[in-house]
Amino acid sequence: MKDFVTDTIKNLPPSGIRQFFELVIGMEDVISLGVGEPDFSTPWNICEAALYSIENGLTSYTSNSGLLELRQLISKHILKRSNVRFRPEKEILITVGVSEGLDLAMRTILDPGQELVIPEPCYVSYAPTVILAGGKPVAISTDPAKGFKLTPEELEAAITDKTRAILINYPCNPTGASYSADELEALAAVAKKHDLLIMSDEIYDELTYDHKHTPMVMCPSAAGRTLYFNGFSKAHAMTGWRIGYVAGPADIIAGMTKIHQYTMLCAPISGQVAACEALKNGAPAVEKMKTAYHRRRNFIVEGLNEIGLNCHMPEGSFYVFPSIRKFGLSSTEFCTRLLTEEKVAVVPGTAFGQCGEGHVRMCYAVDIEDIKTALSRIKNFCSRL
Amino acid sequence: MDPILEILEHNAKACPEDIAKMLGKDPQEVRDTIKKYEADNIILKYKTILNKEAIHDYASDSNAEVRALIEVKIIPQRDRGFDSVAERIYNFPEVTSCYLLSGGYDLLLVVEGATLASVANFVAQKLSPLENVRGTSTHFLLKKYKEDGDILTAGKQSDTRLQVSP
Ligand SMILES: Cc1ncc(COP(=O)(O)O)c(C=O)c1O
Repeated sequence: MKDFVTDTIKNLPPSGIRQFFELVIGMEDVISLGVGEPDFSTPWNICEAALYSIENGLTSYTSNSGLLELRQLISKHILKRSNVRFRPEKEILITVGVSEGLDLAMRTILDPGQELVIPEPCYVSYAPTVILAGGKPVAISTDPAKGFKLTPEELEAAITDKTRAILINYPCNPTGASYSADELEALAAVAKKHDLLIMSDEIYDELTYDHKHTPMVMCPSAAGRTLYFNGFSKAHAMTGWRIGYVAGPADIIAGMTKIHQYTMLCAPISGQVAACEALKNGAPAVEKMKTAYHRRRNFIVEGLNEIGLNCHMPEGSFYVFPSIRKFGLSSTEFCTRLLTEEKVAVVPGTAFGQCGEGHVRMCYAVDIEDIKTALSRIKNFCSRL
Repeated sequence: MDPILEILEHNAKACPEDIAKMLGKDPQEVRDTIKKYEADNIILKYKTILNKEAIHDYASDSNAEVRALIEVKIIPQRDRGFDSVAERIYNFPEVTSCYLLSGGYDLLLVVEGATLASVANFVAQKLSPLENVRGTSTHFLLKKYKEDGDILTAGKQSDTRLQVSP
């Protein structure tokens, strides 16, 4: 039989996280700070609402765009946070996680060879979804000395006549970096000047600890040119339910809905029902989980700096991204040895882009006692380097 | 509530150094605050929560206890209301909890004994005969599912997450 796998797929690099995952499986007594999801179970009121809907026979397809009630709740939610109204009928699409939303957006806005600018280090799916859509990802290496924040000058320098859009994620996976309203407006102004679309992945918005999160759609220059991505995976501890959403200009949402209709039909109905409950009654649980993450963040940052791993204070998400540069190991070597010698799993910074070299990502959505044990193992390890 | 108290309420073993790290405070400040709470009777004591349901599953354990919830109707006293009668009752060591309630009865007691007979005895010999007790209704506890926020029936939930994920 001939080889049926396309060159595009063959050339698509496997996720650096996946490679590391292969190493971990089968090992015992590992403390994993390598996860990318909450350690809490979905709050019971949300699970119970989904159970009730299943008992009542809500097991069908929904409209392609998603349950109208959910879109209405999302519209209200965004309005409350940003004072910007998206019409539930035409400007909001329910997706199978933010993951699907990103994929749909790339396929909707990119013609072959067109460029999408992505500040790195960033979430592992961004560049591959651009490539799969036939586009070209253009990475900007952000500066650790500036807390891995993208500057308007860096953005300006990356733009060519092929650039279609910029994709920004804040609070950031893996660095935890976030932006003030002024910083966002300065970036949006560059996008506006070059007539670019802004894709804003704000899936960690609720997990912002020291200041209030500013949604990109609030920035004057971003108005009307922003695709806003969010979902329920992180703040509501609902990764397995697979529900996200996109809000944005009606024509782009219509284009995305076309692909979604043919390839996904709709997001799972039980997840959508659960998401409705999350928006109606989920706030107290979000607050409780956020308090726990906040304390763990303070704890792990302090602990890492005590050990001598230089770690800036991340503003949001549930990751820290300390520097391991002084040990003279590559981040993959550091992670592999830490795993085999001390049984602590962390993720090499290079999984999130080349400029992540010299850093590792640690997730603190982990019980505080486990963080403590992990820190003491990391300390042992570093003392030997 | 002060986050220091909140942390200690969930984990009495949390040490001042760790609490300080979690809250971004100075360890000495946390130590002083805890001392003050202890002195002011805000922190009464540090206890360990046992899963007695699980202990009972150990065949060798002969100290299985019997617990009952007892509803008590009492006659309030002039000037002192329910308090003096309640005091007479809650001072018995068999009474592990005592609450004043609104509704069909006045006090709800949790009473512990080694055997069914010893609890029944306590009700018959000590509680019912009290001058200001008008009546009791005893419910023996068959199974504890959840207590003070902790679910007792399930085993420790294992972490089902992938060990490395994006
Ligand atoms: C920045 C970012 N965007 C998107 C996702 C995917 O989320 P979802 O579960 O909604 O597909 C993740 C998950 O790790 C993420 O970190």
